[in-house]
Amino acid sequence: MESKPDDAGGSVRSQPAIEARDLRIIRGKHEVLHGLNVSVPRGTVVGLLGPSGSGKTTLMRSIVGVQRIASGSVEVLGSPAGAAGLRRRVGYVTQSASVYDDLSVRQNLTYFRAVMGADRSEVDRVIEATDLVPLTNRLVGSLSGGEQSRVSLAAALIGSPELLVLDEPTVGLDPVLRVELWGLFRGLAEQGTSLLISSHVMDEATRCDRLLLMRDGMLLADETPEGLLAVTGAKDAEDAFLRLVEHHPRHSAGEAS
Amino acid sequence: MSFGRTFATAGRVLAQIGHDPRTIGLLLIVPSLLIGLMSWLFVDTPVFDRVGPAMLALFPFTIMFLVTSITTLRERRSGTLERLLTMPLGKADFILGYTLAFCLLAIMQAGIAVGFSIWVCGLVIEGSVWLLLAVALADAVLGTTLGLLASAFARTEFQVVQFMPVIIFPQVLLGGVFLPRDQLPDVLHAISDWLPLSHAIDALNAVAADSEDAAYVGGKLLIIAAYAIGAVILGSITLRRKTP
Repeated sequence: MESKPDDAGGSVRSQPAIEARDLRIIRGKHEVLHGLNVSVPRGTVVGLLGPSGSGKTTLMRSIVGVQRIASGSVEVLGSPAGAAGLRRRVGYVTQSASVYDDLSVRQNLTYFRAVMGADRSEVDRVIEATDLVPLTNRLVGSLSGGEQSRVSLAAALIGSPELLVLDEPTVGLDPVLRVELWGLFRGLAEQGTSLLISSHVMDEATRCDRLLLMRDGMLLADETPEGLLAVTGAKDAEDAFLRLVEHHPRHSAGEAS
Repeated sequence: MSFGRTFATAGRVLAQIGHDPRTIGLLLIVPSLLIGLMSWLFVDTPVFDRVGPAMLALFPFTIMFLVTSITTLRERRSGTLERLLTMPLGKADFILGYTLAFCLLAIMQAGIAVGFSIWVCGLVIEGSVWLLLAVALADAVLGTTLGLLASAFARTEFQVVQFMPVIIFPQVLLGGVFLPRDQLPDVLHAISDWLPLSHAIDALNAVAADSEDAAYVGGKLLIIAAYAIGAVILGSITLRRKTP
């Protein structure tokens, strides 16, 4: 299904890119998200921060529509998460590089381009955008971890999706490359792309327009980086997170705290 | 479903295998080597002419099952399937793309195995060689589709390999290789009627001995095809976009 033409209309523009209401998710016997309310505005870079196991990946999976949810709702770009029309409009990068080890960089991207139904020129465009030009003919399995995650990111950029959901895209990258990637994310946001980027590295927080702080399947804060520091009186994001944690007792036995 | 995406998926699977010469060797050469071994084993006896046709069903079926189930499982586990399911790829595009790619390999494999059996091992085929090839091919395709289905029920490579003894071995035991099916105890005979490999072996034996007409072999081919299509449909149903 194609995206509806009225999606570009003014009233729709003001809608958030992502709106989750009372989102509860149960995996196995455990409730991992406990009635989450999250809103991500369009055209911004939103950081999703929290320790590992806090539910960041589960939240992202429910946004891209591959997570079964117990109750609540997730709206993405004005449609229910997972709607067929969203599959061209949302790009998703999983935590581990989800590309084919036994194909070259170009073969990988050529395939994902065909699946997306995007223009052929997209392959070269995303190769350049992610700085993969010298590696195009190398097998992905022979690349370093950081290079593999760039291939995975390149695949998500194909077709210039309106929303990018990136699960720890900068893990294992050297500082130079991290700065470059954040530059790329910023450039995409300036062109109107909405980005939700998870990280457990708190020093990346300052690069975001807004921060969502998660712990134990609950949202501790939804603030601008400056606002977060002001509210908590902390000197950096890590400190702010620790201070918030002190004020929020751990979630227990399904009871909201 | 889209032809473009199905063909792109098939091409991608073939490109992956193209980077893996060992798998190509396993797929194309090993069934012939095993058939050669059988014919050598029974070199001075009439046994090979009796069981040889069945071997054309057995080895390609087993090897296609193994290779397909593990390749598909790798896709499920590596996160690429999850990524594909967030993209505009239909579930049918995915399953049919895999089926198509492995069917192409199955055609080559069946061709090599049939040629090797006849011209190198001296297997006597009274009926049509083309019909023999068609049955061997249908059988390899059946192995592919059952492998696709089996991978849906396994979480690890370890588990999927263990489907071999569960799904493949009973079909081999009851398929008429060890004892002709009409000499099986009644209950086992009835069970073997429901196993697709039995029909493949029946058809291959009939072609080799030229004991039945083409309609009989065609009927058997239809049964095999029905199982293959059933496995593809079940495979599509078990493939879920949303997982817990």
